Amino acid sequence: MDIKKESIKPREEEASKRSCSFDEVIHGYSEAEALQEALRCLQCKDPTCISGCPVNIDIKTFINQITQKDYEGAYLTIRSKNDFPSICGRVCPAEYQCEKACVFTKKGSPYASEKAINIHLLERFAGDYGKERNIGVQVKKDDELTRRRVAIIGSGPAGIACAGDLARRGINVTIYEALHLSGGVLRYGIPPFRLPRDILDFEIDSLKKMGVKLAPNHIIGKIKTIDDLFSEGFDAIFLGLGAGMPMFLGIKGENFCNIYSANEFLTRINLMSAYKFPEFHTPVNIGKSVIVIGGGNTATDAARASLRLQRMQGLKPNATILYRRTEVEMPARRIEIEHAKEEGINFRFLVQPEEFAGDDKGFVKKMRCLKCKLGEPDDSGRRKPIAISGSDFELECDMSIIAVGLAANQVLTRATPGLKTDERSDVIVNTKTMETSIKKVYAGGDIVGGEGTVIEAMGMAKKASEAIINYLKQL
Amino acid sequence: MKILSRYTLADVAGTKISKIDVYSPDIAKKAQAGQFVVIMISAKGERVPLTIVDADKKNGSITLIFQELGFTSKLLGKMSAGDSLYAIVGPLGHATEIKNYGKVILVGGGVGIAEIYPVAKALREAGNHITTILGGRTTKFLILSDELRAISDDFYTTTDDGSAGLKGFTTDVLDDLLKKQKYDLVYSVGPIPMMRSSSSVTAKYQIKTIVSLNTIMLDATGMCGCCRVSIAGKTMFSCVDGPEFDAHQIDWDELIKRNRIYEDKEKHICELNKILWT
Repeated sequence: MDIKKESIKPREEEASKRSCSFDEVIHGYSEAEALQEALRCLQCKDPTCISGCPVNIDIKTFINQITQKDYEGAYLTIRSKNDFPSICGRVCPAEYQCEKACVFTKKGSPYASEKAINIHLLERFAGDYGKERNIGVQVKKDDELTRRRVAIIGSGPAGIACAGDLARRGINVTIYEALHLSGGVLRYGIPPFRLPRDILDFEIDSLKKMGVKLAPNHIIGKIKTIDDLFSEGFDAIFLGLGAGMPMFLGIKGENFCNIYSANEFLTRINLMSAYKFPEFHTPVNIGKSVIVIGGGNTATDAARASLRLQRMQGLKPNATILYRRTEVEMPARRIEIEHAKEEGINFRFLVQPEEFAGDDKGFVKKMRCLKCKLGEPDDSGRRKPIAISGSDFELECDMSIIAVGLAANQVLTRATPGLKTDERSDVIVNTKTMETSIKKVYAGGDIVGGEGTVIEAMGMAKKASEAIINYLKQL
Repeated sequence: MKILSRYTLADVAGTKISKIDVYSPDIAKKAQAGQFVVIMISAKGERVPLTIVDADKKNGSITLIFQELGFTSKLLGKMSAGDSLYAIVGPLGHATEIKNYGKVILVGGGVGIAEIYPVAKALREAGNHITTILGGRTTKFLILSDELRAISDDFYTTTDDGSAGLKGFTTDVLDDLLKKQKYDLVYSVGPIPMMRSSSSVTAKYQIKTIVSLNTIMLDATGMCGCCRVSIAGKTMFSCVDGPEFDAHQIDWDELIKRNRIYEDKEKHICELNKILWT
């Protein structure tokens, strides 16, 4: 087989077709495509890509296994570090992680070069191969651990990663989830067109096969406290609470009807299937002119979901992303920005919302904005937007979605005396063990570092699971 | 999540109020007056909040009372003893602050009476003097009358048609009482117009007034913000910051408008499914 110079692009659903449904946009590699892409890997003596992966997947080995057509081996290589290859192969911002660390990426580039190996698509190929053939992972029960019980609070990326690591050692794990379905942000935040529900269901099901118990509809802090769980006999607890509280802008008129937090809008669609109303009973409104405020993946998800609703309901597509900085500073994945553009999302950069205005029924009708310019870099390293006074202008909108970030949900932390939090209400941990200020209580994911990526949360969970296992072994 | 028993409390001229006991031992163990649960009737259902009216720790059940008004409450009304809810989660929201305030007036309107019952019970146990004012369209809607009468020092009823007690509104009695005597707290739950007018009456006498808001909710854990209300100009989430708030600080106009966000969709889904209840 010829080795191609350029990376193999994945096939995608055509933009005008895909934006009428919530079906997956990117198709996975065929076997031939996966082989071609895997062969491009130089199998570096000293691979840099692995250091770019928060859970240190042995990328070099699994890609080599693909070139040998040992797909089961590739799957198991990934599973030894990450139980959710079909999820991560879809939602990891690989261009900022392993692929940015790939030797093909130019030094100093802000994200992966075009020539970098498409590691995440190869991971997805191996993951989906394992899924289709139902390749299970051998649970290596550690006799001294099988009597031990660990409670995990939250079934998002951190929680499920921690659960997988503990269960494969034979530990009894129960995951408590506040909502009626598992997955956390993977379920309520990420739309099906990026992560199909059957993939998510399968990956969570694989935890059940490893013996993990799922307890949905349990808000720990309300129905049971941390102390209650210890008295029920759990030996350790892991908090994977996520960053669940939406931030608003704090500007005038923000409570007009049809101004949604991105969390609400996406939860209605992703968790409650409101795009299938009235078959599903949860409603969601859609405007003729939707403005999404923010520059992250949540903003692109909300805008693309809006455009889909508009098209599905026979409205003219009209969804705009408003961002205070420019495209370069957008924290969203590059591929999401490209997809949004292809689908017809409008972008307005260097604009800051100042005030909403509504009609007498209380529905939003327009917003007043200020133009911005970029100043010096701020703490995030990105150039700071500076509003230009007197540059006011108005935009029509009958719906707006605020996607400017999330803060810690404090339901559990407030109900748990002795659990130390920082000024942002994030849980403080020992960064070596992820143990909190309460002994035997560990934490990871967004409740620790603020908003991060799925795989970063999983990386923290891995660290915590190692510390939990070490602790349990001493008992 | 199993429905243990089901009763119809009132069924007059197309308005139906029902009561169910649901098996949920862990929630029953923790439930306090003022808190609520979120339920789903099926995997395709909405998440709707309902006040916990009573909790039986021994039998592991909680009592819910609801008016069959919207699509989901109508479907819930169709369920029978032995059926199971798809999901129930709670207890949610802050509990009512129970202490000895002195003399307390509880005002309950319509299905809101169900919400004041556990609070009245807890306040009485804390040593308060309890005055209860119940209001409804007609006598049959004065649910829990006997239970509330039994724990009240003073007890008044009002009906729109004069079929029981005073012909008029709860606020007529409230104003009258406040004119004559000093009270320390007013706790009012019912339709928004009733809570709002209770609030204007008590504002005249500068008496601390608490209301429990039934806003639209989704996750009800502070994750979405659809239940947001303006309290003294500050945005709060009624699921995690409430559901009780100081009535004098609420932006009532905004609340009324926000509660109507999905009015047309609600109408649509009820119309599509009207065969279920005609």
